[in-house]
Amino acid sequence: MENTPVVQMRNITKRFPGVIANEGVDLTLHKGEVLALLGENGAGKSTLMNMLVGLYRPDEGEIYVNCKKATINSPQDSMALGIGMIHQEFMLVGNLSVAENIVLGLPGLEIKPNFTEIGKRIIELSNKYDLGVKPDSIIDDLTVGEQQRVEILKLLYRGANILILDEPTAVLTPGESKELNSIIKKMLSEGKSAVFITHKMNEVLDFSDTVQVLRKGKNVGTRATSTITKLQDIANLMVGRDVLFSLEKGEFKPGEVKVELKDVTCITNTSPRPLLDHVNLQIRSGEILGIAGVAGNGQQALSEVITGLRRTCEGHIFLNGIEMTNKTPLQVINSGVSHIPADRNKMGIVGDMSVGENLSMKKYRTEELTQHNIVNKSLIKVFANKLIKTFTIKTPTQYTNAKFLSGGNIQKTILAREIDSCKGILIAVYPSRGLDVGATETVRKNIIAQRDKGAAVLFVSEELDELQMVSDRIAVMYEGRIMDVMDTKDATTEKIGLLMAGVERSDV
Amino acid sequence: MRLVLEKRNEKSKKMQILVPIFSLIISALLGAIVLLLTNANPIKTYATIIHGAFGSPTKIQYTLVKMLPLLMCGLSVGIAFRLKFWNIGAEGQYVMGVIGITWVMQFWTWLPPILVLPIALIMSFAFGGLWGGIPGALKAHWKVDETLVTLMMNYIAIGIAEYLYINAWKAPKGNMGTVKYPEYAWIGKMWGKVHYGIFIALILVAVLYFLLYKTRWGFELNMIGKNSEAARCQGVSIKRNIILAMILSGGIAGLGGGINSAAVTHCLTKGVDSGYGFTGILIAWMSNLNPILSIFISLFLAALQTGSDALQITMKLPSSMSEVLQGLILLPLLAGNIFIDHRLRIVEKKSTEALEE
Ligand SMILES: Nc1ncnc2c1ncn2[C@@H]1O[C@H](COP(=O)(O)OP(=O)(O)O)[C@@H](O)[C@H]1O
Ligand SMILES: [Mg+2]
Repeated sequence: MENTPVVQMRNITKRFPGVIANEGVDLTLHKGEVLALLGENGAGKSTLMNMLVGLYRPDEGEIYVNCKKATINSPQDSMALGIGMIHQEFMLVGNLSVAENIVLGLPGLEIKPNFTEIGKRIIELSNKYDLGVKPDSIIDDLTVGEQQRVEILKLLYRGANILILDEPTAVLTPGESKELNSIIKKMLSEGKSAVFITHKMNEVLDFSDTVQVLRKGKNVGTRATSTITKLQDIANLMVGRDVLFSLEKGEFKPGEVKVELKDVTCITNTSPRPLLDHVNLQIRSGEILGIAGVAGNGQQALSEVITGLRRTCEGHIFLNGIEMTNKTPLQVINSGVSHIPADRNKMGIVGDMSVGENLSMKKYRTEELTQHNIVNKSLIKVFANKLIKTFTIKTPTQYTNAKFLSGGNIQKTILAREIDSCKGILIAVYPSRGLDVGATETVRKNIIAQRDKGAAVLFVSEELDELQMVSDRIAVMYEGRIMDVMDTKDATTEKIGLLMAGVERSDV
Repeated sequence: MRLVLEKRNEKSKKMQILVPIFSLIISALLGAIVLLLTNANPIKTYATIIHGAFGSPTKIQYTLVKMLPLLMCGLSVGIAFRLKFWNIGAEGQYVMGVIGITWVMQFWTWLPPILVLPIALIMSFAFGGLWGGIPGALKAHWKVDETLVTLMMNYIAIGIAEYLYINAWKAPKGNMGTVKYPEYAWIGKMWGKVHYGIFIALILVAVLYFLLYKTRWGFELNMIGKNSEAARCQGVSIKRNIILAMILSGGIAGLGGGINSAAVTHCLTKGVDSGYGFTGILIAWMSNLNPILSIFISLFLAALQTGSDALQITMKLPSSMSEVLQGLILLPLLAGNIFIDHRLRIVEKKSTEALEE
C-alpha cells in the first residue's frame, strides 16, 4: 500500500432536521486501499459518502482530493475528480440496454451515440475486470449481481479511480459476493481505491485493508484489518456494548402440530419448474422450523401459500388442525398467523403512512383500536407508543412516515406489529436480512420468545449459522422441494450445503 | 451557477399555501400578456370575470348551480384516485346517472309521486355505480387497464344517451330530448336558481370525509392506495375494495348527473356530456383528494367558467379566448404543485479550487 492519501475528509459534520448524521468525522483513503466503513444502520455511513459524491454538502469540515481542497456540489463534480459511488439502491433504467444505461447522463454525449464504439469499450473494460457484462443485454433480464457489475462498469467507463460501494453485498448470494471481492482486488492492483460500506463484520476481514467504525455519526475507531484478532471487539465497538453471539433459548418441548402441509404443489406459467413441488412438512407448537436454501428455491412461495397470499394447485394446508387450503389472507390472519414478509418495504409497511398507523395495521380490525368501525386515534397513539418503547423503534415520533426510518427500524416496526398480534403461528421470511447486529439480535430474540411461549414458527434464512442458532429443526429447500428435514444438532454445515446444492441424501 | 430541483423529505405546509397564491399571480400575468396581444384590457377583463361570477345575486346563483355537478364529479374521481385507480370515466358515469334518473322519471309512472324523486336519484347512483363498477371489476379480476376502459366507456355512455334522446326516448315534439320530468319530482329551488341539491352534495362531502378519514374502510383504502401489496399482506381484500370504491365513485358521479337533471335540465338531452367529469379529474387533483377542499376548488372552477362566459357578452371576446384564459389560469396552478414536493436550490458551478495542503 502506498502512502499517498487520495481522499481526506476532515472534521465533517452533517445535520438533518432532528438528527446529527455525522459529527466531526475524519476519514483518510490511501491509494490502492480498500477502506471498510462499518457501522449499524443509521450510523451515518451513507451520509458521509454521499457528501463525497456531491449529493449532500457538509455543514462543517473539509474534503481534500489528491491533496487539493475540493468543493463537491454534484455527482458531476465528483466524477470529474474520479470519484464514483454505487448506491444501496441501483440507479439503472430497467428497460434499457446495458450500453444505453452506461452512457446515460454522460456529459458531452452526441445526440445519436455511436453504440458500436461504446459497445467495444464496454467489452474491453468488462474483459479486463472479468465483469461478464454484455453491452446489449436489457437490465431487467439481469440478476441483481449482474446489475451491480453494470453499475461498477458504469463507473469504470467514466474513469473513476475511487469507488464507493454502499452495502454492495446486501443483495448478493455468497457466491456473487466472492466474485465481487475478486473484482475489487483486481481494480486495486490497477491503483484504484475503494470505500466499502457494510454492517457485516465478517466481510470486513475478506474485503478490506483498513476498518473504520462509525457509531451514531461519530468515528469510534480505525484499525488496520490485519491487526483485528477478534470479531467480538469490532462488534462491541459498533454497537457500543457487549453483543451476544449466542442466544438464550428455553428447553425444546414441542406440543401439538399447528402447521401442516400435505403434498402442496404450486405451479406458475412464469417459471418452467414448479415453485413448490409436493411439499410436506409439520411445525409443532413450541418449535422453530428453519428453512435453509439458496434464495429463490421456493422459500417465499412456501410462506405465501401458508399465509394465503398465493394459491396452491394441489395439496392441503392445515392450520391448528383446520383445513385452510386457499383461504384468503384475512381468514389466515384470523386463524392466528403472523407474517414477517420477505420484502419489508414492498410487503411489510406502507411507507407513506405513519409509524403508528403501520403498527396498527393488524389490530385496527379489533375493538382494541376501533369502535363501531371508527378508528380511534387516541387508542392508536397509546398503543403505538407502547410498541415503539417495547421494541425500541428509533423514530422521531409515531407520526413520522415509516419510509423515513432506517431498514432496521422498519423491520422492528413490522416485528412489533406481527409479534404483538401473534396468536400461535409465526411465519418469518429473511427477518434479519440486511439488518445490523443490534437489530438482528432483537429480531432473533423475539422470535425465540414466541417459540418459548408455545408458538409454531417457520423461519426462513439464508445464513446457516443463524439457522443453526435459532431453529429446532432445519428443512432444506431446493427447486421447490423439501430435500430433507433434520434436527438442528444433526444439521452440519456440510450436510446442509450439499442438500442446498440439490444433492439427494441417498447420494451423500 | 445552476438550478437544481430537489425532492423534499416531507410535503411543505408553507408551500401548500404559498404555491396556489403565487401560481394565481403568475396565471394572471400570463393571461394579461395574451390579452394585451389581442388588444383587450387585462384589468377590465379580469374584473369582468369576477363580476360575471359573483357580480350579482343571479350571477352568484349561476356559479353555485354550476359548481354542484363539478363538485360531485370531483368527489367521485377523488375516491378512485385514492386507490391509484385512474378513473377518467366520471364523464360517462355522470351521463349514465342522467340516463338512470330519466328512465325512472319517464317510465316508472306507476310509483306514488312522493317516491319518484328518491327512487330516481337512487337509480342515477345505481347507473353511475354500474358504469364505475364494470372497469373496477375488470381491473380487480383480470387486471384490465382502467384508464383505457373508463375512457372508452365515456363514449359508450354518450352514445347510448344520444340514441335515447334522439330516438328511443325522444319526446313527441321537437327533434331531440326526452319529455320533461313530472314537475312534482323536480328538486325545488331555495334561492333563485340555487336548488336543494346543494345540501345533498354538502352532506355527501361530510359523509365522505368521515368515511375516508375516520373509519376502518377509509384506513384500508389509504393502505391500498399507498401500497397495495402491503395491504394485501395485512389481509385487506384488494379486489373487493377496488370494486366497492369504483361503485361508490361512479355512483357519486351518477348522482351528480341525477341531481343536476332533476333540478336544472329536467330531461335528458343534448349537452349532458358537458365535460363535468373531465373537470372533476382536475378538481380531485387540485384538492389533493380531500373532499372538503374539493368544495372550494369546484367553486373556483365554476366561477372561472361562468365568469369567462360573461367575457363573450360584455367584452365581445370570442368564446375561444375565454377557454384560453381558463387554461392559462390552470396551468401554473398544476405546475406549481411540483414545489410542494420539491425545492429549488442554486449551486455554484466551480467544483474544485486548488489550495495548499
Ligand atoms: N435526507 C435525510 N434527511 C433526514 N435525515 C436523514 C437523511 N438521510 C439520512 N438521515 C438520517 O441520518 C442518519 C444516518 O443515516 P445513514 O447515513 O443513511 O446511515 P447508514 O448508511 O449508516 O445506515 C439516520 O438517522 C438517518 O435517519
Ligand atoms: Mg446506508
